[in-house]
Amino acid sequence: MKLTTQLLAATAIIGAAGTAQAVEMEVMHWWTSGGEAAAVGKFAEALNERTEHTWIDGAIAGGGDTARPVMVSRIIGGDPPAAFQFNHGRQAEELIEAGLMLDLTDVAEAEGWKDIVNPSSLLDACTYEGRIYCAPVNIHSWQWMWLSNDAYEQAGVEVPTNWSEFMETAPALREAGIVPLAMGGQSWQQSGAFGVMAIALAGEEAWLAVNRDKDADVVMGPEYTRVFEAFGAARELAEGLDVQDWNQATNAVIEDTAGAQIMGDWAQGEFAVAGEVAGEDYSCLAGLGETGVLSTGGDAFYFPVTGDPEVEAAQKELAALLLSPEVQVAFNSAKGSLPIRGDVDLTSVNECTEVGLQLLADGKTLPDGNMLLSPDTTTQTNDLMTEFWNTPSMTPAEVQERYAEIIRNAD
Amino acid sequence: MAVAEEAGHARRSSPRADRKPFRLFHNLMPKIALIPMIATALVVFLGGTLWTVVYSFTSSGLLPRRNWVGLDQYERLWSSAKWIVSIQNLALYGIFSLVFTLVIGFTLAALLDRKIRFEDTFRTIFLYPFALSFIVTGLVWQWILNPDFGVQGVVRSMGWESFTFNPLNDPDIVMFGLLIAGLWQGTGLIMCIMLAGLRGIDEDIWKASRVDGIPTWKTYVRIIIPMMRPVFVTAVVLIASGIIKLYDLVVAQTSGGPGISSEVPAKYVMQTMFGGQNLGQGFAASTMMLLSVVIILVPWAYLEFGRRKRG
Amino acid sequence: MANPATLASTFAAKQPVHDRLDDGPHGPRPKRSFSRANIFLYGTLALVSIYYLLPLYVMLVTSVKGMPEIRMGNVFAPPMEVTFEPWVKAWAEACTGVNCDGLSRGFWNSVRILIPSVLLSITIALISGYALSKWKFKGSETFFTILIIGAFIPYQVMLYPIVIMLRDTGGFLTDIWQATCGVFTSAEGSCRGRIQLFGSLSGLVIVHSIFGMPILVLLFRNYFASIPDELFKAARVDGAGFWGILFRIMLPMSMPILVVAMILQVTGIWNDFLFGVVYTRAEQYPMTVQLNNIVNSVQGVKEYNVNMAATLLTGLVPLTIYFFSGKLFVRGIAAGAVKG
Repeated sequence: MKLTTQLLAATAIIGAAGTAQAVEMEVMHWWTSGGEAAAVGKFAEALNERTEHTWIDGAIAGGGDTARPVMVSRIIGGDPPAAFQFNHGRQAEELIEAGLMLDLTDVAEAEGWKDIVNPSSLLDACTYEGRIYCAPVNIHSWQWMWLSNDAYEQAGVEVPTNWSEFMETAPALREAGIVPLAMGGQSWQQSGAFGVMAIALAGEEAWLAVNRDKDADVVMGPEYTRVFEAFGAARELAEGLDVQDWNQATNAVIEDTAGAQIMGDWAQGEFAVAGEVAGEDYSCLAGLGETGVLSTGGDAFYFPVTGDPEVEAAQKELAALLLSPEVQVAFNSAKGSLPIRGDVDLTSVNECTEVGLQLLADGKTLPDGNMLLSPDTTTQTNDLMTEFWNTPSMTPAEVQERYAEIIRNAD
Repeated sequence: MAVAEEAGHARRSSPRADRKPFRLFHNLMPKIALIPMIATALVVFLGGTLWTVVYSFTSSGLLPRRNWVGLDQYERLWSSAKWIVSIQNLALYGIFSLVFTLVIGFTLAALLDRKIRFEDTFRTIFLYPFALSFIVTGLVWQWILNPDFGVQGVVRSMGWESFTFNPLNDPDIVMFGLLIAGLWQGTGLIMCIMLAGLRGIDEDIWKASRVDGIPTWKTYVRIIIPMMRPVFVTAVVLIASGIIKLYDLVVAQTSGGPGISSEVPAKYVMQTMFGGQNLGQGFAASTMMLLSVVIILVPWAYLEFGRRKRG
Repeated sequence: MANPATLASTFAAKQPVHDRLDDGPHGPRPKRSFSRANIFLYGTLALVSIYYLLPLYVMLVTSVKGMPEIRMGNVFAPPMEVTFEPWVKAWAEACTGVNCDGLSRGFWNSVRILIPSVLLSITIALISGYALSKWKFKGSETFFTILIIGAFIPYQVMLYPIVIMLRDTGGFLTDIWQATCGVFTSAEGSCRGRIQLFGSLSGLVIVHSIFGMPILVLLFRNYFASIPDELFKAARVDGAGFWGILFRIMLPMSMPILVVAMILQVTGIWNDFLFGVVYTRAEQYPMTVQLNNIVNSVQGVKEYNVNMAATLLTGLVPLTIYFFSGKLFVRGIAAGAVKG
């Protein structure tokens, strides 16, 4: 600290400007839609009000594919932001390896992250060779199926409570002119649905053997054969609805022109905006009603090495702040995601969120695919699944074969 | 005569000028003026290309790193179904786009050049799509081509129940769905370039052809178009470079779908580089793209410039 | 020394260059206003216009509808209730991250990027194109070929090399500055400043000039190539040099091509998102970053009406430029150019 002060005194440029420790922190992230922006605003508010630092917002929409090259460019160019959002997991591995990320282990220890972060897999995803490099901030889960109660009523059948019932009731929906399954045209949606079906129908063990241990034999085994057959059946159930975006597909469920959609918990926002109520207008099935497990993906913040002790201190302050109870509650309430610590209460939650929280509390969680698979493998899987989904002549056996190949070569 | 000869020396390095000492300092000013362009060509484009080629032999992921893996990236590239589909799509789109853009661009320019009323209005109508960002125009065309609430839906609701027009969801014709939007966006600019070229054609040529009784269309084909050769060269390079770089439109309109049936090489490059965090693979793909450009472009440039020198 | 302008007009008499000075279109004038050919001509134009205008109609209509109405489907239906809320929201209220002031936030940044970038890129390209067409020297065509190949490289591939070049050039210039600046000033501390190209406006302007260069140089080179050599030779005999010929003969004749170049650059730079976001910092982000943030959110509710309004708003600047430059396009050449 002493050295810093001396350096500061010597530099005419910064010299008299404000309090010595105040740092302007440029934070880059891809949260830009209404709820997301409100949520990230809570972070900015907390930083501006509780510390002497200032939040400079660098929002870039379009998800990781758009934002990632920008962030990496800034880091390579030697002008890194103070903090940036990444999906935690294997995507940031290389940056850590190259020594470009700030080691947060001392913050984590001081704040006791090991004890408060639930599920602990979130912290594992931030850990590299025993050191902690990122601050997880929320949990998002893919394991949901959203069903339109009205659509099933029109078809004169009960709302299904698991995948087999869903399959059984599908013909009735067809007869009523309703598309049983809504699916958007983008590859990540189809691939994501496949992931959900794999956990639900093949079970935790088989899923972990494939995704964590990269065991291609399991892909060819009976559990996964069932998944691929179901995925093939789902492809037929989705025929007749031509939409691209995921929220257009959700909208079909809201409008009761489609029976159900397999989509992550962010889809609830669409129902809420349309004024629909969980339990009355729509139902939700965690893990397709088969395997009640949540995969816990989410977002995390990373802090680049700047070599400036001033900035470094501010970065650590921000990291601690992001995980503090009040900020966690404020942020996740606004975003519609679940907090990463089990010891805080979200004020008002609906039926579906309740189910999610209960599963979290019971420890029925799995790491997200992103934490186990490299982005390269994920991209290949996306391509394969969307190819299958849109090529009626491709059989489930064929895609199973090629998926095994991808898993065999996965790093 | 002497005038022309001396000017000729000044412009081209004639054999006599070659023998002079300090040829570098002969006509120094144009050389100085070209420094920014030469630096850009050599340092940025040539340097950047070499950099890309070098790193295509590595297993670079998120960051460029020199972990040599030989031809691995190329092997994987050519065994990827998506890459093969991408190339076929680009060829298909490229041929149609080039031909249609040139034909439509020139035809519109020729129509506007016929001393019509409201020329300003028409020109602005044809050009305005160029000003709008791809992200949203892709979305709008996606809507218009949507079978349920777009063109097909409207025609069906007017009573023609069997009418089918659903390019974006039919893998066989999805590239034409993109073409419709691509032409909409890009033809206006080509029309402008053509119009600028037409405005450079001498009125006397029209008078002469009228006196000789040559039909209008023949005048265009036989006289005007050959005269506009440099304009066409500019237009072709502009269109072709746009085709090679085709990316935003695909992302906005189909995101490569249905399935992988509208994937294009530039999207493959972007997706492997930034989505899959596999820079090496993206560099290998872009090296292949550049290689094909060089194979087409260099012989053409040789012919084009060689011809000029002899002429 | 004779005036090159007079020379030009002398040559114009012999050589068919006066067409360039002429006002307006040159095509054969249709004879009667209601001839069959005329009906065909205007009919074709009107029909083609529908194709061009349809998306604009959809955007305009959507941008004044409320979200519930959009959810109902039919994109062609006129709005039942017109609302300008989406336009207000797009300009001043939409949240892009923490800042909820819509597109207005980046507007002036975009202008600050646009003006120097357009001026610099066109100036460099104009001079280069002129030198390449009228002052060829050994090797000049080779450099030009390399440059043209550059037009085919997807920008994104060059992202990281350019980052490294800007970083290193900035560092290099800083070294030179710090080593030599003592010569110019003795004030303490004034030599400590760093020259930063990466993450600054000047870096971005350079990048725009670089990537605009291939097409623009080609454009100018091919245009100047079609200007008769006799004009050039006569000026040379008269003793006019490189710059003299450029300013007094070539430039006044380049109005149509300058307009095309301007259309290209204004559109390209104004709509650029990638370079603006990679090579600058958050406080300098152009308007397209906000546009992207409004339009391109992956999760959360998509407000299509605000998206359409934002797109149309962003397009207004290039559209205005098209509109006014369109006038130059037709008449510019006649505006006193070579008359002397």
